[in-house]
Amino acid sequence: METVKVMLYILVFPGFLFQMIYSTYLEWVDRKLYARMQNRRGPLYTGWSGVLQPVADIVKLFAKEDVTPAASDKFMFNILPLVALASACTAGLYLPVWHLTGFNSFQGDLVVVVYLLAMPSFVLFLAGWFSVSPFSLIGATRVLTQLFAYEVPFFLALLTPAVVAGSWKIADIAKYPWASGNWWVIPLQVLAFIVAVLALQAKLERVPFDIPEAETEVVAGPLTEYSGKKLAVFRIQKDISMYAGSALIAALFLGGFGGGLYLGALQLVLKTLLVVALLSVIRGACARIRIDQIVSFSWRYLAPMSIVQFLIVLLLKGGGVI
Amino acid sequence: MAENTIKIPVGPQHPFLKEPCKFEFEIKGEEICGATIRMGYNHRGMEKACEDRNYYQCLYLLERICGICSHSHTTAFVQAVENLLELEVPKRGLYLRALVCELERLHSHLLWLGVAAHEVGFDTLFMYTWRDRELVMNILEEISGNRVNYAINTVGGVRRDITADQRKKLLEISTVLKERLAYYANIGTNEPSFIARIQGVGKMSRERAIEKCAVGPFARASNVDIDVRRDDPYGIYPELEFKVITSESCDILGRVVVRVLEMVESCKMIEQILQKMPEGEIAVQKVPRRVPAGTAVSRYEAPRGEDVHFVRSNGTDKPERVKVRAPTLCNLEAAAESVVGSYVADIPIAIASIDPCFSCTDRMTVLLNDNRRGVRVATWEELRRHGVDWYRQNKGIRF
Repeated sequence: METVKVMLYILVFPGFLFQMIYSTYLEWVDRKLYARMQNRRGPLYTGWSGVLQPVADIVKLFAKEDVTPAASDKFMFNILPLVALASACTAGLYLPVWHLTGFNSFQGDLVVVVYLLAMPSFVLFLAGWFSVSPFSLIGATRVLTQLFAYEVPFFLALLTPAVVAGSWKIADIAKYPWASGNWWVIPLQVLAFIVAVLALQAKLERVPFDIPEAETEVVAGPLTEYSGKKLAVFRIQKDISMYAGSALIAALFLGGFGGGLYLGALQLVLKTLLVVALLSVIRGACARIRIDQIVSFSWRYLAPMSIVQFLIVLLLKGGGVI
Repeated sequence: MAENTIKIPVGPQHPFLKEPCKFEFEIKGEEICGATIRMGYNHRGMEKACEDRNYYQCLYLLERICGICSHSHTTAFVQAVENLLELEVPKRGLYLRALVCELERLHSHLLWLGVAAHEVGFDTLFMYTWRDRELVMNILEEISGNRVNYAINTVGGVRRDITADQRKKLLEISTVLKERLAYYANIGTNEPSFIARIQGVGKMSRERAIEKCAVGPFARASNVDIDVRRDDPYGIYPELEFKVITSESCDILGRVVVRVLEMVESCKMIEQILQKMPEGEIAVQKVPRRVPAGTAVSRYEAPRGEDVHFVRSNGTDKPERVKVRAPTLCNLEAAAESVVGSYVADIPIAIASIDPCFSCTDRMTVLLNDNRRGVRVATWEELRRHGVDWYRQNKGIRF
């Protein structure tokens, strides 16, 4: 019985099936918002208002011919999409979407989730590296360069709520405002929230940080040689990364998903949508910056911002206010 | 080749190139230190084909040199032919020509603004400008019957008049566009991520632009004050009031500003044209089919710069020689030079900043015997003989 329960956790909720369905919905919201911001209609025909369009895209990709380049490393080329998907899904498993506690919550799971969310970027680098095409190679090096730019500010930003709650457990951090009643810590961490959202945007490689897959420069970057099923798996991974990233930020900065099953589910939807909407607005309002510009932007603005935020929280903590 | 540089080829097929053209960039790390161009992938033998057609057929052929500035090429050609025929074109015809010309400039610059925004990943601006471009395209379709190749020119005037209803619509569009253009000028000069990509990129000094014979908005953005409409006026341009926009910034930002402000000028010119347009005939009624022997050169300010057509007639109804020099040819070398010193990521936007049109430009291909690879240039006679032999051997057809 216990095994069945665990399997259900992993495969159905909050695991793979739920993540896949919910993340395609998030992708639809993102596409629709992005389209409306550009004065377009967005997906329209598949399902109600095109809500099934992301699913249809994935199904179509699964039906397409799957080409493995002759020069590539076959084993790595084939296995990498699955590694990326697995790590993104596992990151989603530790989020406290189940009655305020993750299904497998423990001290330090925050670090694990951050690590698992960084994995797809490494995989993308390797995917570009092993496809052996000039565009994928340039894209791959750009992925890694960008990783060094946003990863440190991202982690510093996520550190702030951990310090506030005095715990490395995401569930504890999410529970903190509910347990202590200190709801004012949410507006207090606005700087870290901004940094986290921007870094998430860079992690998901969306405009203005879509440098690794800048289509006018390097076609599709590391994914240039991928097609068919493998590309579809990468697409699912990207959606799930977006879900896991936005749910992580919602859990850490927006007070989590407490208040029982129904209220919790409602909060999950609303709060992840809020984060995704922010990501879409950033995507719609910016041009792509250069790789040297993202490095200087991250280290000149994002990292100092998160350190300032960290110091503020540390001082308040030392003063015994929190 | 200097030390520590590598050559990266871009093209003939590359996502940022809308048409085939090959560039070879010499890069040192991320910085570009040299560029060469190899063209000739789009040669279609238009000039030669013109020699087999009469002047009216040439008109429709030359219209197809370029999908964006189709009106420019026909007007330049028709002006040269009218010059040879010594025709006096009715005023209303000239006004209508100028009207379509300015509308074409509007849609071309809007298209360019969208493409430039897309090259730097600013898709929102791309969608906005192309939405507004549809306004212009729709009215062009209503006026001429076509969205792209308007076929409104004819020797001695234009083929269609505009109605009162269309006049009203044109004024409405002009008002809407002026409002939107003010917004784009605001975005183009204020949006930080967009500015970060275009400011100080693709530098071209005034001196080098003159030396490289740059024309059009590209030259004007390098503070070279040239515009055929003012310097060598044709048609009704002496009667219109307009400013020649220049910019001193000499970079891509300047090119964006120049083009956006030029569109505002175009809107104003359309209003003036509609106001001043006299009643009367739109074309010369009887045009002789045979053109007296002589040569004529016609200059025309196309959206991309100065377009020159040369026509030599020999007294028959077919031209003896037609030569087209499109603006991209002048700008391409300058563009390749302006990339030097920028980063690899700036290549797309820097090349796109001249609004290149390779199908306009490719007027010839040079074929060379390549003994190393065993590639040999065949003459027409050899090809014909080969074809005859091949069909005889393989298909059993006897010619």
